[in-house]
Amino acid sequence: MLANYAILAVFMVVAGLVPIGALATAWVIRPHKPNPVKSEIYECGIETVGEAWVQFKVQYYIYALVFVIFDVETAFLYPWAVAYNRLGVFALFEMSIFVAILLAGLLYAWRKGALEWV
Amino acid sequence: MQFIYDIGPRIVAITAQFLGQHFPAWAVQLILMIVSVATIAVFVLITFMFLTYLERKIIARMQDRIGPNRVGPLGLLQPVADAIKMMTKEDITPTVAHRAAYNIAPVLVVAPPLMAFAVIPFGKGMIAADLNIGILYAVAISSLGTLGLLMAGWSSRNKFSLIGAMRAVAQMVSYEVPMILSLMGVLMITGSLAMGQIVSKQAVPFIILQPVAFIIYFISSIAELNRTPFDIPEAESEIVAGYHTEYSGMKFAMFMMSEYVSVIVMAAVGTTVFLGGWRGPVLPSYIWFLLKIYVIIFVLMWFRGTLPRLRVDQLQGFAWKFCVPVALLNIFMSGIVIFLVPPNTTHPLVQVAAYAVGNIILAIVVLLLYRRPTARAAAAVSGA
Repeated sequence: MLANYAILAVFMVVAGLVPIGALATAWVIRPHKPNPVKSEIYECGIETVGEAWVQFKVQYYIYALVFVIFDVETAFLYPWAVAYNRLGVFALFEMSIFVAILLAGLLYAWRKGALEWV
Repeated sequence: MQFIYDIGPRIVAITAQFLGQHFPAWAVQLILMIVSVATIAVFVLITFMFLTYLERKIIARMQDRIGPNRVGPLGLLQPVADAIKMMTKEDITPTVAHRAAYNIAPVLVVAPPLMAFAVIPFGKGMIAADLNIGILYAVAISSLGTLGLLMAGWSSRNKFSLIGAMRAVAQMVSYEVPMILSLMGVLMITGSLAMGQIVSKQAVPFIILQPVAFIIYFISSIAELNRTPFDIPEAESEIVAGYHTEYSGMKFAMFMMSEYVSVIVMAAVGTTVFLGGWRGPVLPSYIWFLLKIYVIIFVLMWFRGTLPRLRVDQLQGFAWKFCVPVALLNIFMSGIVIFLVPPNTTHPLVQVAAYAVGNIILAIVVLLLYRRPTARAAAAVSGA
């Protein structure tokens, strides 16, 4: 088992080296002639107006909040799903209650309008 | 003949024997690890280059064009020409950008999907690390790419980039939930998260037992990949190019690469979990695996040639109001069927019949539940 995790470390190193190597090669052979106009940000060719780092539409954060709740709940479902075969009738009822709670939570968010795009 | 069928393990065994005469055991193991990881990386990179060509060619065919045909026979060397062009192109960093985040982002989007290949079984005995948490690892690691996208969009200090990044993050987190939930039905049958176990338990491919789960998985992974019809984070008609508007040259190529490598990961996970992985008659296991992967990838490209883009609200609504409830109902259905027909003790044909009944009931329930909302939506569209 430990060898399996060692190979993950090797994978991490190689996965990092692939983009870094490609970018480094390009860095060596590419031209570099910046000028003030070229280095401006591109917003459809006209001069930029205003600042990009602003307070953003709140709807995105509400989706993020709903996501966190559901992601944690699904993380709890994984061990249960794996052990389901061995648990028998208890697991069936337990699962029904858990899935019902998940659905109720979703319905609550739905009714509260958290899923509407405003 | 037998050599062709298990070429992977054979080569590893022969190399290990050869190296064992010259090096200590730990060094042999380390060399084998590095060589196998490098082999997988090279395979993925070549597939990535081929896919860029294949996609252009297939889309061209569907739009009654010819596609790339100048560089090399049938235009096959086009990806090489593209790579050289990307390499030698000037790299422009906006003066107002956050330099550190701007430069790290391309590395952060490419690395996670590459790491996911650690748990993919390419053939019989051809898996780098058969972790007991395999599928969880693949899902978790491939969702890390979201971080890179947000960094790229935010650090560019460009309004379009920021909008694109925000859309990408909202979409990817929304569709991650139905994707994870859709895999649950299969995990309940196998009772294991290890990819090797999942493949070996598929006497009948799980797409037959869990068709609803497969459809949900397929839809949500297209959304995870930001591909048509869910490509609003990079909708060129609205927000230039989304989060990679400011990127050029090799850094832009990194975003393209991350996209295509993610496509391969998604197709590979889908093949392993739903299509029976490398299992198949006559042909060697790795050929079967490649064939199944390319079928999924072709369907993805077909979608791109066929479907128009969705709107943001439609997209988010579809994830939370349709995919998540249906995936939960599918878990419920699987639970009941597994309870009535235990997967390890009953004959495969009995299981197929039981799941067919379960899926039909599930389909009827879903149709009844969504009849009124669908009619209302249709009325709203025709009224407007």
